[in-house]
Parts: sequence; structure tokens; C-alpha cells
Amino acid sequence: MNLAPQLVPQAGYIFVSVFIALTIASFIGQMLKRQYGNSDTISNLNARIYAWWLMTIVLLCAFWFGRIGATVLFFLISFAALREFMTLIYRRRIDYNNMAVCFYILLPVQYYFVLDQWYGMFSIFIPIYGFLLLPIVSSLSGSTTNFLERTAKTQWMAMICIFCLSHVPALLTLKLDGFLPENNILLLIFLIAVVQCSDVLQYIWGKLVGGKKILPSVSPSKTISGTVGGILSATVLAALMSPITPFSTFQAALIGFVICVMGFLGGLAMSAIKRDYGVKDWGNMIQGHGGMLDRVDSVCFAAPVFFHIVRYFWNG
Amino acid sequence: MSFFKKHIAWLIDQLLCLFVAFITGVRPKRADTLPFTPQQKVYFANHNSHGDFVLVWISLPRKWRMHTRPVAGADYWLTSSLKRFIIQNVFNALLIPRNSDNPQAITEQMANALTQGDSLIIFPEGTRNTDDNTLLLPFKSGIYHLAKAKPDTEFVPIWIDNISRVLPKGKILPIPLVCHVQIGDAIKLQENENKEEFLQRCRQAMLNLAPNHFQAASNPTGEAS
Repeated sequence: MNLAPQLVPQAGYIFVSVFIALTIASFIGQMLKRQYGNSDTISNLNARIYAWWLMTIVLLCAFWFGRIGATVLFFLISFAALREFMTLIYRRRIDYNNMAVCFYILLPVQYYFVLDQWYGMFSIFIPIYGFLLLPIVSSLSGSTTNFLERTAKTQWMAMICIFCLSHVPALLTLKLDGFLPENNILLLIFLIAVVQCSDVLQYIWGKLVGGKKILPSVSPSKTISGTVGGILSATVLAALMSPITPFSTFQAALIGFVICVMGFLGGLAMSAIKRDYGVKDWGNMIQGHGGMLDRVDSVCFAAPVFFHIVRYFWNG
Repeated sequence: MSFFKKHIAWLIDQLLCLFVAFITGVRPKRADTLPFTPQQKVYFANHNSHGDFVLVWISLPRKWRMHTRPVAGADYWLTSSLKRFIIQNVFNALLIPRNSDNPQAITEQMANALTQGDSLIIFPEGTRNTDDNTLLLPFKSGIYHLAKAKPDTEFVPIWIDNISRVLPKGKILPIPLVCHVQIGDAIKLQENENKEEFLQRCRQAMLNLAPNHFQAASNPTGEAS
């Protein structure tokens, strides 16, 4: 394994800009704290900013080691997401074998295909083989109570936490027209930056403008102004990032818009699951954000769409 | 204990804590967040899995852990030299003969450990609860006899959530799930409190720490969701 830094210069500039933005955010956070005291919103804001520092540093360290670093990082993110999802849905001891299959077979094998760059198997392993294997294992347990429901839950979990998330490091295996494969890390940065900034901007717009809630029964905190403002401003950001991508400015904006909308809708779907199970957050792993899944739910839904757009239109 | 053994025990403890934290997300609590002192406490928790005492162990502040002793069954732990090393040198457990005809000797053994300043981890249900629909089994009376023998001891209720699914009985591969260890406020045996009242109070203190979704699910008809 090559341990020399493999970060392309453009990625370096992006990280520097993120760190400058975080410094400004931390400064504003401290100012607010001094002026208005440590209310719930402000301490949550500061916890979020602090977590962003940590998350950006972790991303930087992982990307430093190129494809292997990014794959290992997303393997661990998938692990944490799966752990949270499973904590919520796994209630009966009878499902033990199914859960073991998810953790000890589906998760490592899927990431092995990413490292191995075997696209044919990567793209069908969980949707087809996982789909067949999980109900087989379930039926071998001998219990037929809520059979379809139990299997569906497990498959959902494997699709979201393993399959969808593994599309992020899989971007590094693409060989696009007019784009060097060693620059693929920039696609990853584009995806993560646009989707995560969309989330942050939705939060900021929502807090600043307030107004009517968009779907209070599913997501009690998301407002119309926050959603529209957040998605549009993240689209502008995507257009501004076009120089580091193989996309033209207009294409970058369009792709950015699509993945932001996917991210938003994904957040809603994941929120609906949480409401149904009566929890507010998936976990308490990242201070201020809740669990890992609260942070990456939008990436889960945006990543496969982004992957396929790039792969199809740039002949990856 | 020899120098070599001590370091191996330390290493096993560290690795075990790291591994369990990775699987369950449980980390040691900070000493200043717990409203009692580490000396002469009896931590009593619900018992669902082999992993229970390890979870209580690693969630205690590291310094406290050093003079906290899990109470474990000698018949199980003394059967192989590896188990013996782990239970005696890593956990410094208080080994008791289970199924003995002399429960008073066990109470005495535990009371002695408390007198020396150590704390204990016990599971008053007596056996592992392996039924998904039962929240907590009835308590054995040992905890009351211990309180009677050492009335100044404080008893700390602990609720362990989810470990039963991480490592169900008879399985070897742990399923990684987020677990929680809730530590409640210490309680003492009150004057003139009889056995039933004390056991009931301890049990309730423990149940109060269970997360809501569990309390709602404890009715026999509803499946926990």
C-alpha cells in the first residue's frame, strides 16, 4: 500500500475553504453564545460546528490514503449506520441469523467488490443475492410470524446502510471520459460537499427565515423556506464547484439540484421510519447531530443517483 | 500477581473494552457525572446475557473499575485456565459457589468484600432472562440479605438495554447493536423495611431506568417495536 499522500491539489483547496468556513462558523457560534447565552439552539449549533470540524478532519485523513482510505472510511460509516438501523428494528431473537448475515457477509463482501472494482457484482450483490439470501436464512429459523415484514425490514436496512452508502467510495472506481481516474476523489468531494451543504443550508435558512413547516407529520423541524432556500443555495454552490468536476457549470448545477432533492426526500423517508418507531434520532454518536444515520441519510439517497448519472453520461 | 501477569491482564482489559465499545457504543462514564462515591457500592443490574457484567464493568470510570468486583459463579469460571485467568486477574471477580446449600456463606463472602472497601456487581434476578416478552424476572432474596448484613451499603440500580440481542444465549458471534447502560441513584435499606418491600423498591428503581419503548412493550400482548 502506498502511504504517500495522494490528495490532488484541488481537493486541498476545497478542504482549506471548508476549514475557513468552519473557522467563521465557530466564530459566529461563540459570538452568539456570548450575546444570547447558552440556549438550546445555540449550544446545539456549537455542538454541530464542533462535530463538523471532526468530520472534516476524518474525511481529510481518509482521503489522504486515496481509494483504500475512502473505502475503509465508508465501510466504517456503513457499519455505524447499520448498527443504528439494526438497533431500532431488531427486536426478536429469532432474527439473529439474519442480522449476522448482514454484518458478517453482506457488509464486508459488498465493500470487497468496491475495492476489487467488480462493478457487475457490486451493483447486484445486495439487490439480488441479498434479496434471496435473507428470506432463505429467515425461513430456516423456522418462525413464520410476520415473515414478510421481518424480511423486508432487514432488506431495507441492507439496501440503505450498505448498498446505497457503498456507492460513495465506488465513485473512485469510475473511468470517465475526459477525467483522470486519480481525480475521482473530487467527485466524492463534490457529492459530499453539495449534499451536506444542502443539509446545513436548509438548517440555516430554516432557522433564519422560519415560516410554515413543509411536512410536519413526518419531519417536524423542516420548513418550506429552509428547504427551498437550502436546495437552491446548494445548487449555486454545485455550479461554483464545476471547475473541479468533468461537468460544465450548467451540468454541475443540474446534477447538484438533483442530488439535493434526492437528499431532502431521503431525509423525509428516513424521518418517517423514525417517527413510526417513536424515536427522534437514530442514535447519539455525533454530538449535536444525533446518530450516524441522521448525518448520512441524505447521502444514502443521493449517492446511487449521482453515481449513475456520472457513469451513464460520462461513459464510466 | 506477577509483573508479567499484571500487564497481560491490563492488556486484555483494554482490548476487551475497546472491542465491546466498538460493538455496542458503550463508553466509560465520567466520574463527575455519577452522584456517589466508588467505595462499597453494590451495583445491581438486569441479566440478559453473558455480556452483562462486561458492559457494567466498562461503563464505570476506569479508576472505579479497579476496585469493583463482579460476583460470578465459580462452577462456570473455574473450568478452564483461560477462564480462570480472565475472571480472577482481569476482572478480579468474587467467585461464589452457585447452587450451594449455604446461602449465608455467600452473603458473608460478599459482606467481607464490601468491608474491605471493594464494590460489587450483582444480578439479583439470579439467572439470565431469555424471554423477549418478560422485562425483568423476580428478584432472588440475596440482595436483601446482603443489605441486612451491611445496612450502611448503598445499592446502585443499573439498567442494561439491548445486550440480550447482541449475544443471545448459545450464540458466539456478537451482533453489533447500540447498547445503553443507565446508572440510577443509590438506595439504602431503610429501617424496619422488610424483605418484600426492599426487593420491590430495588426492582422498581431498576425498572424506572428502562427506556420508554421497553416499558410500553412490557405488556404481554404487544410486541416490542
